[in-house]
Amino acid sequence: MEKKDFTVSVYTENNIGLLSRIAAIFQKRHINIESITASRSEVNEVMRFTIVVQVTEDQVKKIAGQIEKQIEVIKAFYHTDDEMIYQETALYKINSADFVEDLNIQDFIKESNARIVTVTPKFFVIEKTGKRHETDSLYEKLKPYGLMQFVRSGTIAVTKNEMPISKILEKFDTTN
Amino acid sequence: MEVKTASFEKVSSSKQTTVSGAEAVIKCLLEEGVDTLYGYPGGAIMPVYDELYKYQNQIHHVLTRHEQGASHAAQGYARVSGKVGVALATSGPGATNLVTGIADAQIDSTPLVCITGQVGSHLLGSDAFQETDIIGISTPITKWNYQITKAEEIPEILAKAFFIARSGRPGPVLIDITKDAQFASLDFSYKKCSGIRSYKPKPEINLIEVERAAQAMNNAKKPMIVFGQGVILGGAEELFKQVVEKSGIPAAWTILGLSAMPTDHPLNVGMVGMHGNYGPNVLTNECDVLIAIGMRFDDRVTGNLEKYAKQAKVIHFEIDPAEINKNVHADIPVLGNVNETLKVLLDLLKPNKHEAWHQKFKDHYKIEFDKIIKNDLNAERGKIGMAEVIDEINKCSKGDAVIVSDVGQHQMVACRYSKFNQTRSNVTSGGLGTMGFALPAAIGAKMGAPERDVVAIIGDGGYQMTIQELGTIFQTKVPVKIVVLNNDFLGMVRQWQQLFFEKRYASTEMMNPDFITIAKGYHIKAKQVSKREDLKEAVTEMMESKEAYFLEVKVEQEENVFPMVPTGASVSDIRLE
Repeated sequence: MEKKDFTVSVYTENNIGLLSRIAAIFQKRHINIESITASRSEVNEVMRFTIVVQVTEDQVKKIAGQIEKQIEVIKAFYHTDDEMIYQETALYKINSADFVEDLNIQDFIKESNARIVTVTPKFFVIEKTGKRHETDSLYEKLKPYGLMQFVRSGTIAVTKNEMPISKILEKFDTTN
Repeated sequence: MEVKTASFEKVSSSKQTTVSGAEAVIKCLLEEGVDTLYGYPGGAIMPVYDELYKYQNQIHHVLTRHEQGASHAAQGYARVSGKVGVALATSGPGATNLVTGIADAQIDSTPLVCITGQVGSHLLGSDAFQETDIIGISTPITKWNYQITKAEEIPEILAKAFFIARSGRPGPVLIDITKDAQFASLDFSYKKCSGIRSYKPKPEINLIEVERAAQAMNNAKKPMIVFGQGVILGGAEELFKQVVEKSGIPAAWTILGLSAMPTDHPLNVGMVGMHGNYGPNVLTNECDVLIAIGMRFDDRVTGNLEKYAKQAKVIHFEIDPAEINKNVHADIPVLGNVNETLKVLLDLLKPNKHEAWHQKFKDHYKIEFDKIIKNDLNAERGKIGMAEVIDEINKCSKGDAVIVSDVGQHQMVACRYSKFNQTRSNVTSGGLGTMGFALPAAIGAKMGAPERDVVAIIGDGGYQMTIQELGTIFQTKVPVKIVVLNNDFLGMVRQWQQLFFEKRYASTEMMNPDFITIAKGYHIKAKQVSKREDLKEAVTEMMESKEAYFLEVKVEQEENVFPMVPTGASVSDIRLE
């Protein structure tokens, strides 16, 4: 079976230690996590982990099962890229002198739909949200001018189809 | 608004009183019906021990000689009694010494609650004396763990701990309690946990799958059942027997399924897996429908997965959704506690006999008997064989004893040859293969089933891994029977060295101490036998002893356990020699 990118979305209670419990499941199987993001979710007090891994579908299915088995995990889903709307955010810090002197940079920013977040006499901070290849492309363009700093977030993703978390939780409330 | 993430029984069985966190721990244990626990005191757990002193008339604390012994004893207790085993330890080394038992309980689905003391919450992360991150360490080997830093959390967290440990697929839970939380006071009231919203211990039963399973079983010409510990954990032994008897399907067991069905039942066809019986292994690759009940297709059961039961339609009765399709594809997955799913199944089954098919198992047994079993049981020359010892124990116990085995050759022989009439009688470390398990587990087993004879079968290697627990036996006077099958070798490793490493016996030869003197040092009755003609009398004396008894049997040094499925081979390529 072919390896490809899968996004695992995990809805959990908000408890200390769950991140390492989930990460340990990948570690045990010698699988590298490409990116991981944790945030609140659409449901009050419920956290959402978005984990990207490059594995086979058979592997991701088993991993999702093992994650869901953890007591404080409400539900784990996995999806391929075409089943999701996904984005990453990158920040590029560049020297103000370069920015002012080289008009190319300004063009790159415009062309790539990036945004200037902060301007100081010493540096500019540019933000670009998009797919990996888009933030990479801007990176390649800006690199020759000397990037002072670069950072990119993990993938965040919402699915095209419904995530029935509220229904799962409502069921508990009515049966208990 | 506070979100409700767990539910608790409405009626509080105890009145609200102000107590210390440490006393609350004991009160929680009493509320959960704990009468025995195993542990070892130390700095960070001293407040709880102080309360144990006050409550010693209500709760029996067994001081083991090492925390590993405490966790294995709690396992032994849980395995025979069906109750949650409890172990108690201090922070740092106390907690880390529990780890092997916790990992063992996790892989063998044994309900445990381990309580560890922790340094004061103001010291967390400061590398304080005896501070270790036991939550971090135990995360991958626990069903759940939690660190309590406030006394008022104790009742709710312990209620959840017991609920999680015993429900669904059971497993170990570790609760780490900082010392300040043990000292602080709280208003105590206890409500048992009845549900956690993110945790589904009871999968919904899909009746369509049960019907499909029944249909496949009814239509099968050569069906075979493989059952595991799920039958025991689900308390479904009687129901299971009815399923087997009504369907007439030959049933084989995994090492942890052993004793769920009497060994002399005519439809019990023996053990599957690496050192299992010839028939069930070979016929796994001939059956048309393979019905797996409460088992997880461990690699020691399946051998090479590419050549495992490929011709068969596989039905998998299982409580843990993560086990479905994990190792073997299930054509018909039946999720749920077997206690419920088998009930539905039973009504849908058509009575059958499968006589011709069953005869095949008998034919294979005959081959195995002539090649192996006959010699194992009736060797006339050389030193005593391991199977002869088990056979003598069977003759005395009539199949009513609890057999606790360690890990290695003697374990395989004990499982192959022990007779069992009752469930929860075979206690062994199956998944983790923990040498040193048996001696402490036997202590727990005897306390969990005081009316039964408990016999520990141990090798000379594993015995010395937890030999200090003789001290626990001496102090508690727990009347366990200890048999060491001594071949002065790490026998199973030596067997592999002989078969696969051209007899290079690297570090497997043991220079052993005088075990009799050691046992006597603990004032335990002890005897050694090395001659066949003395064996019967020695075993009888041990079995009749009202006190703890140690029997060392000097056995054949280079005996091999057969049949054997070599690593990477198919189960049907099982070797008889």
